[in-house]
Amino acid sequence: MSTQLCADADEAVAGVQDGSTVLIGGFGMAGMPVALIDALLRQGAGNLTVVSNNAGNGDTGLAALLAAGRVRKVICSFPRQADSWVFDELYRAGKVELEVVPQGSLAERIRAAGAGIGAFFCPTAVGTLLSEGKETRVIDGRTYVLEYPIKGDVALISAQRADRMGNLVYRKTARNFGPVMATAATTVIAQVREIVETGEIDPETVVTPSIYVDRVVQEGDAV
Amino acid sequence: MNPATRSSHTDAPLGKHDIAALVARHIPDGAFVNLGIGQPTLVADHLPPGSGVVLHTENGMLNMGPAATGSDIDPDLTNAGKVPVTELPGAAYFHHADSFAMMRGGHLDICVLGAYQVSARGDLANWHTGAPDAIPAVGGAMDLAIGAKQVFVVMTLFTKDGAPKLVKECGYPLTGLGCVDRVYTDLAVFDISSQGVSVTHTFGITFDDLAARLDMPLLDATKP
Repeated sequence: MSTQLCADADEAVAGVQDGSTVLIGGFGMAGMPVALIDALLRQGAGNLTVVSNNAGNGDTGLAALLAAGRVRKVICSFPRQADSWVFDELYRAGKVELEVVPQGSLAERIRAAGAGIGAFFCPTAVGTLLSEGKETRVIDGRTYVLEYPIKGDVALISAQRADRMGNLVYRKTARNFGPVMATAATTVIAQVREIVETGEIDPETVVTPSIYVDRVVQEGDAV
Repeated sequence: MNPATRSSHTDAPLGKHDIAALVARHIPDGAFVNLGIGQPTLVADHLPPGSGVVLHTENGMLNMGPAATGSDIDPDLTNAGKVPVTELPGAAYFHHADSFAMMRGGHLDICVLGAYQVSARGDLANWHTGAPDAIPAVGGAMDLAIGAKQVFVVMTLFTKDGAPKLVKECGYPLTGLGCVDRVYTDLAVFDISSQGVSVTHTFGITFDDLAARLDMPLLDATKP
């Protein structure tokens, strides 16, 4: 299906269902799709499972979604930060479920979902609390843990630029989880700083090809 | 190895900058290195100009430069600690799955990590105190611990209460099994191998006094 160019972030997040699994890009604030998260808050979907590296910073974006009680479960690698007070309070009050996943296993589980991989054996977390209860296998003398894909119903990501077909390029370390999340959700929604005409992005530099991208909205200013 | 690294004894314990400088001297020119958050980050300040050491940051960059200041601060360019940084010529950006494939795939030469405890077998505990009210957060620690070709730990040798952090068995939840190769502390440097734990450097303490304070067999490798 061709990529839909949306007039605003509210149109971009229309139709997200209660109970959805939502992949949210970003590492701290770099690459965080703040406009899309704010729009999801207005849109009203609840009982969400959020998959993101962190569990919200400050009081905006993912933290605001958490504070509004829309999130049932967070799957992330690093919830505890100096400015993660919204998550901390909800977690301590037992109001949000947490699955901590090593950062590389999180990225690879998302990648696996997008690549049609059923599961994979990973050396990370062997012998630790984070592999308790998981199947293991010794391959060539080394122990691995069986890890399953994480697939999203929706992915909210941020990129630097899209063309009108939905090809994406990112900027610096704001790329982070965007390219893998773009492959791993039923509906992939990208906020970008700039939309250019088809053909204006050098095909050699496209990071996320348009096949993965369902909706694009321009937010903010080009850097 | 650089001649400076052979001096194996000083009269006083090392401060955290001295430890960082020593680690920096032990990193071969041209190595691909990941520095963990906190004290390991200090190592970057002591890498000599022209060393060609390429710093990897887990959030998708090689050849990361120093912390950014003033007009160089760019919200799109941060390190693993979310601190604004700069890029050096030859830098490359890549997504998270590639960044961690670099670790797991054994492409990084060295990573330098902090620790709560390291065991005599090289088990690492550095992500979680296990306290009932602690919110568990692992980040990239487990991937780094098992992925890099060599894992260096920097830490003080004893807690503020005087308990050793180099121990027979870790009491804190583990980050990785048998993954630590070398431990840099204020009082000594230890190599961990299949032969056991060797003391290669001492700072303000004799080998015998060190051996008396640690509950494990130690090999004396401080003599040239």
